[in-house]
Amino acid sequence: MKKQKRVGLEGSFAVAEAVRMANADVISAYPITPQTHIVERLSEMVADRKLDAEFICVESEHSAMSACVGASAAGARVFTCSAGQGLELMHEVLYIPSSMRLPVVAVVANRALSAPLSVWCDHSDAMAVRDIGWIQMFAENNQQAFDLTLCAYRVAEDREVLFPAMVHIDGFYLSHVIEDLVLPDEEEVAGFLPDYEHPFALDPAKPVSMGCYAPPFIYPETKKAQVVAFEGTRPKILEVWKEFGEVFGRDYAPVEEYKMEGARVALLTMGSCSETAMLAVDELRAEGGDGAEATTGLVRLRLWRPFPFKEFREAVKDLEVLVVLDRAVSFGMGGPVCSEVRSALYGCEEAERPKIVSFIAGLGGRDIRVEEFKFMIRQALKEKAEEKAEEKAEEKAEEKAEEKAERGEEIEAEMIGVRE
Amino acid sequence: MSGGELGWRDLEVGFVVTEPGNAAAYKTGDWRSEKPVRENEKCIKCGICFIYCPEACIEETEDGFFEANLFYCKGCGICAHECPRAVITMVEEAEE
Repeated sequence: MKKQKRVGLEGSFAVAEAVRMANADVISAYPITPQTHIVERLSEMVADRKLDAEFICVESEHSAMSACVGASAAGARVFTCSAGQGLELMHEVLYIPSSMRLPVVAVVANRALSAPLSVWCDHSDAMAVRDIGWIQMFAENNQQAFDLTLCAYRVAEDREVLFPAMVHIDGFYLSHVIEDLVLPDEEEVAGFLPDYEHPFALDPAKPVSMGCYAPPFIYPETKKAQVVAFEGTRPKILEVWKEFGEVFGRDYAPVEEYKMEGARVALLTMGSCSETAMLAVDELRAEGGDGAEATTGLVRLRLWRPFPFKEFREAVKDLEVLVVLDRAVSFGMGGPVCSEVRSALYGCEEAERPKIVSFIAGLGGRDIRVEEFKFMIRQALKEKAEEKAEEKAEEKAEEKAEEKAERGEEIEAEMIGVRE
Repeated sequence: MSGGELGWRDLEVGFVVTEPGNAAAYKTGDWRSEKPVRENEKCIKCGICFIYCPEACIEETEDGFFEANLFYCKGCGICAHECPRAVITMVEEAEE
């Protein structure tokens, strides 16, 4: 590893710096808070000839993604970014690069969705694009925003991958906050990120048709091929993160653990609030005495798609209670991350999986404080203790089965930090 | 080539089609419920049917008349509607 430069940068500028070092060929984006600084900075870099790229000004996010699809098909390394309503307007086109296997890279500065209008952070926009077939990662600080953007290119453009990749950074918490981070040596970045070559880049000398019409006799075959190929990205993502660690000295994993050794209860988070959660874990461990809360740990989902089933199950296998924090609502279904986590554990024996307690907090930019994370853990442990007591008291097996059915049918997510 | 025999492993990455212009191999004639039948003795060879056909499947024959290629003809009936001499009648397809 060569000398790395320590600098102070807001998250948006860190992302722009990563895109510059990646030497992107085409950038197309439409400004929307809180993502605007990323494209602003990139347009300056292009204007100042610090980045030799085509900057395509478009009239909407729908067009931004369309321009990226075209440029990527022509063999260009492309970049776009958006947030909230902008990502929603882009939605229709998001399925195109993943189905056409074009390695577009996008950064989303996560933002709540209207109405009411909010420019502030939550994960509603991210949850609305769960199923688009992109590789998706969550950063929790500006260093990660930089690193994961570089990794996104490397993974997406790998010949065995060829899927678009999205890096989620929390709007304002990361996009607008200046933090210190280290910038790697540019030559080392160039070595880590070889030139992008698509096997079927548009070329008049070798004509192909992309995004064709597929009648019912062939459409399911195209989707099966996509599903199998997307599953196949898992080992490649691990490989790229391993290599990134070796070259730049910072390690990433699909599920990252904090103080999980011997933990009986843990929080599960995504994004910037993970660092607040770490403080809560430290305090609970210090204050918990002999109680269960002194064994609190934290797991963060770094990789969101493809969902890291194996690593997640491994991380939580010894827990008694898992507290899942959602920063979005799936109306009528509770917290979207919680439903996926439950589904990921469904195959495990009931006795072997932790009790899952679901909380929703931090909507529309409401801060989630250390005290609230501590409350979540204490509340979850209380519920677990009550459940145990009930089980002991409960003798009638029939009633118990009925109760279990009732309990199992709904996800009750408690919204906390909300005034009555 | 209909593609109906291809399995998912046979497809190129991203369902790229490497054979340009292969839409011509796709039969649209089986969308048809009525076919155009001509009485060429009334035809003045004006070519309006040829111009209006949205499928561009009407071709000029050697003797200067026009015929729809039934591999592509979807039976929309625009040629019959536009013909100034009522040469073309749309006749319901029947099982042969």
